[in-house]
Amino acid sequence: MPRRDADALAARVPDGALLAIPPDNSLTPAALARALVKRGAHGLRLLGVPVSGYVCDLLVGAGCVASLQTSAASIGEAGLAPRIAAALAAGTLDLIDATCPAIHTMLQAAEKGVPFMPLRGVLGSDLLAHRPDWRVIDNPFQPDDPILLLPALAPDIALFHALCADEAGNVYVGRRRELATIAHAARRSLVTVERVVPGNLLEDEAMAAGTISGVYIEAVAVAPRGAWPSGLLDTYQTDTAHLAEYAKLARTEEGFADYLARFVVDGGETT
Amino acid sequence: MIRPEERLIGAIARLILDPSAPPARHIAVGAASPIPAAACWLVKLLGHDVRLSLLHQANGNPFTEGTRELFDLAGQGRIDLFFLGGGQIDGQANLNLIGTGAWPGRAARFPGSFGSAFMYLMVPRTILFREEHSPRVLVPRVDHISAPGVSPPGVFRRGTAQALVTGRCVFRFDPAAARFALASVHPGETADSVRAATGFDYDAPGAPPLTADPTADELALLRGPVRARMAATYPAFCRRVFGEDVEHSHG
Repeated sequence: MPRRDADALAARVPDGALLAIPPDNSLTPAALARALVKRGAHGLRLLGVPVSGYVCDLLVGAGCVASLQTSAASIGEAGLAPRIAAALAAGTLDLIDATCPAIHTMLQAAEKGVPFMPLRGVLGSDLLAHRPDWRVIDNPFQPDDPILLLPALAPDIALFHALCADEAGNVYVGRRRELATIAHAARRSLVTVERVVPGNLLEDEAMAAGTISGVYIEAVAVAPRGAWPSGLLDTYQTDTAHLAEYAKLARTEEGFADYLARFVVDGGETT
Repeated sequence: MIRPEERLIGAIARLILDPSAPPARHIAVGAASPIPAAACWLVKLLGHDVRLSLLHQANGNPFTEGTRELFDLAGQGRIDLFFLGGGQIDGQANLNLIGTGAWPGRAARFPGSFGSAFMYLMVPRTILFREEHSPRVLVPRVDHISAPGVSPPGVFRRGTAQALVTGRCVFRFDPAAARFALASVHPGETADSVRAATGFDYDAPGAPPLTADPTADELALLRGPVRARMAATYPAFCRRVFGEDVEHSHG
């Protein structure tokens, strides 16, 4: 398998693409996001699955993003996502509010190749008034039972960071199998990994259940500690001190520029 | 000395164990909820037979399909109790996690609705928790509804708020009247001080009792085994509330 780095994957992401991004606790594509900032990506449309953290805040702060659909934006224990809040206040970000299970359901509809899927709850929420693409219908199987219908949503590209890839192009996500739904729903997936292992993980009974088939994966790149400052399964823990530092710096435009210079532009990666 | 957070944890634990509420065999706790999570651990370590599913548990996370599985469990009715909060909460228990001012929070943006619009209707019991108890949080009417406190007949809904726990008091919620009633005030507070700090109207029959302190046994559990189970997920909270760890340090 050809060896690539995160920059090579970022080059495959066209400006304006709809990108599915898992959050800080779920194999978030942090190295890939830094590579997108370095390549000057523009007009990206982000989908937080189902919420957003460091990666989305970084991309928004760096001016790479036109719109963000998400159910919430926060940075771990450090609180609100500062650059997303600033962009919203400045009117430079189109924020499309959702609720977590609605995002999962829209992806599950795309995964199945059906045009829509129902979801319980949500009735009575003001989210409905701001989501003209969501419809409440009468349950056709039972009278007097209003229920929400959600359209299928197929992201252009899913981005995430997995533990490893094998020589067959499969990637291992362990217990984080929600990534499979994202990869299945997206038209293609670009994945960074800690390392490439020999053989085929799908031939290993113990590993297969946590493996996403290469059918869905367009390209893989090696990016050691590529989820940092987020953690990765039991391989490394979240760097809470760094996330707190990020959240503090990103409160101001100048602080964020300082962050980019120190940790992104110079490739000032993890230690 | 009992820390205020420890008293809140104890108050939530007693609400979880309230025999008049629907049974809580399976409790789920969402993101960034250290006090509810500690209350759940306390209930479990007191010996009650409950299953805990902590969404952000750093080690041994109970889900193999992330939050998608949490919401599927709730949709099926397999989760009995959940916790929610809000940037604003009003007297009908409507929750606003969107923000204030014009949509989507032009005046002040809150984090977003998370799964509240779904969970509030799908679980039989929700305990509302918000540490800040002020007129800007507890408002007559929320600017935007992330999740409604009550629903009209005909809307599928398994339950509502059981109670609202704040840094000053415990309110119980009556879904038929869509109103809160003051259940107890924390030490240092009075019926009048709570009224002055609350933007919405509520019932307050008679003089409210003081919120009970955690027992010595409960405090020992909190500062030892509960803390040990929370430290990896909520390191900053554990250091702040329980102090620097000596006994349970992993080096």
